[in-house]
Amino acid sequence: MSRDVVTELTYLAASVLFIIALRSLTKPDKARRGIQQAMVGMLLAVIGTLLKQEIIDYQWVGVGLVIGSVIGYPLGMFVPMTAMPQRIAFSHMFGALAATLVGIVEYTHAIDSGEGLTEFRMGALGFEVLFGALTVTGSFIAFGKLQGFITGRPVTYPGQNLGNAVLFGSAVVAFVWLMIDPTQSTVFWVMAALAFMIGVLLVVPIGGADMPVVISLMNSYAGLAASATGFAIDNTLLIIAGALDGASGFILSIVMSKAMNRSFANVLFGAFGTGSAPTSSRTVEGLTVKEVTVEDAALRLAYAGLVIFVPGYGMAVSQAQHQVREVADLIEANGGEVRYAIHPVAGRMPGHMNVLLAEANIAYDKLYDLEDINPTFERADAAVVIGANDVVNPAARTDESSPIYGMPILDVDRAKSVIVLKRSMATGFAGIENDLFHADNTWMLFGDAKTTLTKLVAEMKAV
Amino acid sequence: MLDLTQIYVFVLAGFVGYQVITRVPPLLHTPLMAATNAISGISLVGSLVVAGSGNSRLATVLGVVAVTCAMANVVGGFLITDRMLKMFRRADQPK
Repeated sequence: MSRDVVTELTYLAASVLFIIALRSLTKPDKARRGIQQAMVGMLLAVIGTLLKQEIIDYQWVGVGLVIGSVIGYPLGMFVPMTAMPQRIAFSHMFGALAATLVGIVEYTHAIDSGEGLTEFRMGALGFEVLFGALTVTGSFIAFGKLQGFITGRPVTYPGQNLGNAVLFGSAVVAFVWLMIDPTQSTVFWVMAALAFMIGVLLVVPIGGADMPVVISLMNSYAGLAASATGFAIDNTLLIIAGALDGASGFILSIVMSKAMNRSFANVLFGAFGTGSAPTSSRTVEGLTVKEVTVEDAALRLAYAGLVIFVPGYGMAVSQAQHQVREVADLIEANGGEVRYAIHPVAGRMPGHMNVLLAEANIAYDKLYDLEDINPTFERADAAVVIGANDVVNPAARTDESSPIYGMPILDVDRAKSVIVLKRSMATGFAGIENDLFHADNTWMLFGDAKTTLTKLVAEMKAV
Repeated sequence: MLDLTQIYVFVLAGFVGYQVITRVPPLLHTPLMAATNAISGISLVGSLVVAGSGNSRLATVLGVVAVTCAMANVVGGFLITDRMLKMFRRADQPK
């Protein structure tokens, strides 16, 4: 058997193992094993590749593998769960950069060696560099916003959409030009530069709470870039893995945009959260807010039959997930039942809240999705909202003039009583007043979530 | 002559991916993303060839950077996915 056949067989095995791994993620108790199978697939593919006759210089390859592992290990083992969104954005950048660099090398090699490029191959390389480059800078900006060194507020200026459209149009023109005449290397570099710029400009206007969509979209683009690499270098495994990755990001983008009541086209063209501060026609004057003391809240929860916790980004910021579990344990010790209601866009990435609660050792069968938990609120004695705002705003159901009208929300207001843990009366990301805070059955508990919950635990133990 | 085989593979893989991934519960969306991240580190196989074929100095340098990035994603991605999945448990499962 020739070496090439062995290589191809390892690729085939890897493709199958990757699909099995993704399939295993449909069941939480099988997932870990599935991911281990994907690891085996990856190992096989790397060994298969190292057998290729084109590879003559193993020294530099080894250097890259070692440095990569040294960078990857802390990224895998030491990044805290609360930093997961920025961690993921960061690795989208890495993945896209690898694809872009391969594309650049393939292009320059084909042109310099006079080998030339077919239209098909140029097309693949063009997509690779376009998607790759814009994902590199786009993910970097997303990373910066999530990490906090770039403002999380939408950055807007006049003529923004027009300017972006012109840049995008120019990149497409450059791409078409290259398809006609691939030897124009200046045009290639211009196209790459434009793609890098577009990535920045696409994400800069997007605010923090829209990050779940951005991250999903970048996930998809990084996958498509990898797939395009596969087309360019005629590697089936890359095409398959990239397509899987692209499909995954695509699905998550759709799920996220549905949960925010935005059309998919709106998401694809990045026209979301463009920052023209939404103004509701309603004012809050004359509405009152009731505060509750920690002692009262403790009493209320200690004797509650069913309590539903509603975590939001505020819980992640204050890292209060462990305190949430302590409160829940005490309620359960008193004979009450505890559930957790997870809105799809709560937090900064898909599934963000689930991971944090799992980290606090909360069993996943107590975590409920939007559709499953909503009918339950009516019989809940208390709903405890921890740093969530827009996803529990009843205006989405009732106020047609509200910017979030039509967005599916958690029907927290239907619970017999609602306790809202919040830093201050500041509005949520969308800048919309929340009627929930003024409702008759709502009590506010102001302060940092972690501090408040710690006090609550102490009080409940004393009850 | 345009070879359509690659397109077939792409479309079918995308279709399989779509069918499988729509069934992943929201509970595991973050691990899913971390896992696809690790899998997309498969661009490693492209980077390895670029870095190792000794075409030019530029190719080697860019190739090594690409190998580093992809390898970081593979190692970091799989480790963090496993770390996350380890935390998910049912009420009746011991810690």
